[in-house]
Amino acid sequence: MDFSGFLDTIDVFEAAVWQTLLMAVVSLVVSGVIGLALGTALYATRPGNLYGNRFVFGLIGFVVNLVRPIPFVIFLAAITPLQMAVVRTTIGTTAVTFAISLAAAFAVARIVEQSLVSVDPGVVEAARAVGASRFSILVGVVLPEGLGPLILGYTFIFIGIVDMTAQAGIVGGGGLGEYAISYGKQQYDYGIIYVAVAAIIVIVQVGQVLGNRLARGVMRR
Amino acid sequence: MNTLISLTDVSKTFDRRGGASVTAVDGVSLDVAEGEVLAVIGYSGAGKSTLVRLVNALEKPTAGSVRVAGQDLTTLSEGELRQARSRIGMIFQQFNLFRSRTVAGNVAYPLKVAGVAKAERDRRTAELLDFVGLLDRAHAYPEQLSGGQKQRVGIARALATNPPLLLCDEATSALDPETTTEVLSLLRRVNTELGVTIVVITHEMEAVRQIADRVAVMEQGRVVEVGNVYDVFSDPQTPAAQRFVRSATHDRPSADTVARLRAHHPGRLVSVRITDEPGLQQRVDSAFRQEEVTAELVYGGVSEIRERRVGSLTYELTAPREGAVDAALRELAAAGVHTDEEA
Repeated sequence: MDFSGFLDTIDVFEAAVWQTLLMAVVSLVVSGVIGLALGTALYATRPGNLYGNRFVFGLIGFVVNLVRPIPFVIFLAAITPLQMAVVRTTIGTTAVTFAISLAAAFAVARIVEQSLVSVDPGVVEAARAVGASRFSILVGVVLPEGLGPLILGYTFIFIGIVDMTAQAGIVGGGGLGEYAISYGKQQYDYGIIYVAVAAIIVIVQVGQVLGNRLARGVMRR
Repeated sequence: MNTLISLTDVSKTFDRRGGASVTAVDGVSLDVAEGEVLAVIGYSGAGKSTLVRLVNALEKPTAGSVRVAGQDLTTLSEGELRQARSRIGMIFQQFNLFRSRTVAGNVAYPLKVAGVAKAERDRRTAELLDFVGLLDRAHAYPEQLSGGQKQRVGIARALATNPPLLLCDEATSALDPETTTEVLSLLRRVNTELGVTIVVITHEMEAVRQIADRVAVMEQGRVVEVGNVYDVFSDPQTPAAQRFVRSATHDRPSADTVARLRAHHPGRLVSVRITDEPGLQQRVDSAFRQEEVTAELVYGGVSEIRERRVGSLTYELTAPREGAVDAALRELAAAGVHTDEEA
C-alpha cells in the first residue's frame, strides 16, 4: 500500500479530522437538544401518561416518522432551500452541520422516547403521590431515571452522525468524507481512503468507549 | 374520634379502548377514623389498588365523593390536589424508589417538592432515616439495599412531609415472612409513635392480623364486610371474609384434611369456635358431659389477634345414645357457642 499521497496531504487530513469532529459534536449537541425536547414530548403526551394527549402525540409521531425514513443524501439535497434561508449556504461544514442537526434530531426524538418509556412507571407514580408537578416529574425524575439508557442512545446517535458527516463529503461538506472522496477515490489513491476509514473507525471507537463508560458510571454497573 | 377519610358511594370505571368498560370500584362507602389502622383486604382484581388511589387522587372517581381531612378531593384543582397529596404518604409493593438518587436523596425528594430549605431538608432526612434505622445507609443507592431496607426507605420518604395519613399498597407482598413482620412492626410504630392514620391494602391476612385495627373486605369492587379485626377473625360474616380468615389462621380443617380425618374418625366432626369469652371451655365440656358425648380433639388452633384469643377446635363427637350429639350442639348454641359441622 502506498501512503505517499497521504503524507503529501497530511495538512488537509488533519484539517479534515477536526472538521469531522466539529461537525459531529456540534450536530450531536444541537440535535440532542431538539431531539430531547421532541422525545420528551412524545413520552409525556403518550396516552395515559403525564400530559397524555392523543392528538399531540399522534402529530409529533407523524412528523418524526415522515422525516426519519428519508435517506440522508436525499435529505441533504431536499433541504437546500432551508439551508439557504437559515445559514445562507449549501456547502461547507456549517451547511452540513445544519442539515445533520435537523435530520438527527428526529432520530434522537425516537431514541429519547424509547429510553424514557423504559423508566419504571412506579417511580413516576411515587413522585405524583408526593405532590410533584408534572413538569418537575419530567425534569427531576423521569430524565434522571432514564439517564443511563439516554447516554447509550446518544452514543448510538453519535455514530450515525459521524456516518452522516462522511456522506456530506459528496456535496462538499468538508471533513474526512470529502477528503476520502476528492483526494482518495477521485485520484485512485487507496492509501488515503484507508487512512480516512481508519480515522473514522478511531473516532467511532472512542465515542463508543466514552459513552459506555459514562453510562456505566451513571447506572453504577 | 374524628373521621379522616370519608368515601361516599365512590365508583371508578375504566373505559377500555374498543372494549367493555371495567368497574374497578363499585359504590363504596367507607370511613376511616383518625389514628386507626384500616386494612383493605381482597384478592387481586378486587379493586383495592384503585380504591387507595382514589384516596390520594391519583385516580379520579367516576361517581361519589372522596373527603380527606374535610376536603372533598373531587372538587380540587390540579394545584390544590398536589397540596393535598403532599399531606398523604404512600408506599408501594415494588417500593418505587428513585434509582438515580441515594437513600437520603429519596427521602429528601418530597421535601424538595414542598420547597423546604436545604438545611431543614437534611435535618429532617437524618431524623427519618434514624427512625427507620437506616441512618448508616444514607449514601447508599437503592440497589444496594435488601427488600426490607428498601421498604423502610419508602416509609421514610412517605413520611418526610409529616403527613397525617399513610397509604400502603401491598407494601409487604414482595417481602419474605420475616421481613414482612419487621416492616409491619415499623408501620405499627408509625401509627402509635407518630399518630399517623394508616390504610393498608393487602391480600395477605397475615398482614391484617399483625397490624390492623379494622378490616374492610373487598370483592368485585365492593366492600362486602367491615369490622374490627377481632370480630372479623372470630366471626366472619361473608364467604369472602371466611376464606381469608381460614387462609390466615389454618385452624379449620380443609376439605382434604376432613377427608383424611374421616378415614380414622367415623364420628361427627364438629368445629367449635374459640373466643376469649370467659368460661367458654367449661360450657363446651359440660354440654358434652351432660349428654354423655365423647369428644376427641382431632384438629384446631388458637392464636391471638390484637391481644385477644381466637381460634377453632375440631372434635370427633360420638355418643352411645341416638340424638345425644344433636342435643349437645343445641345446648352449645343456646349457650352462645358457635359450632360448625365439617362436611
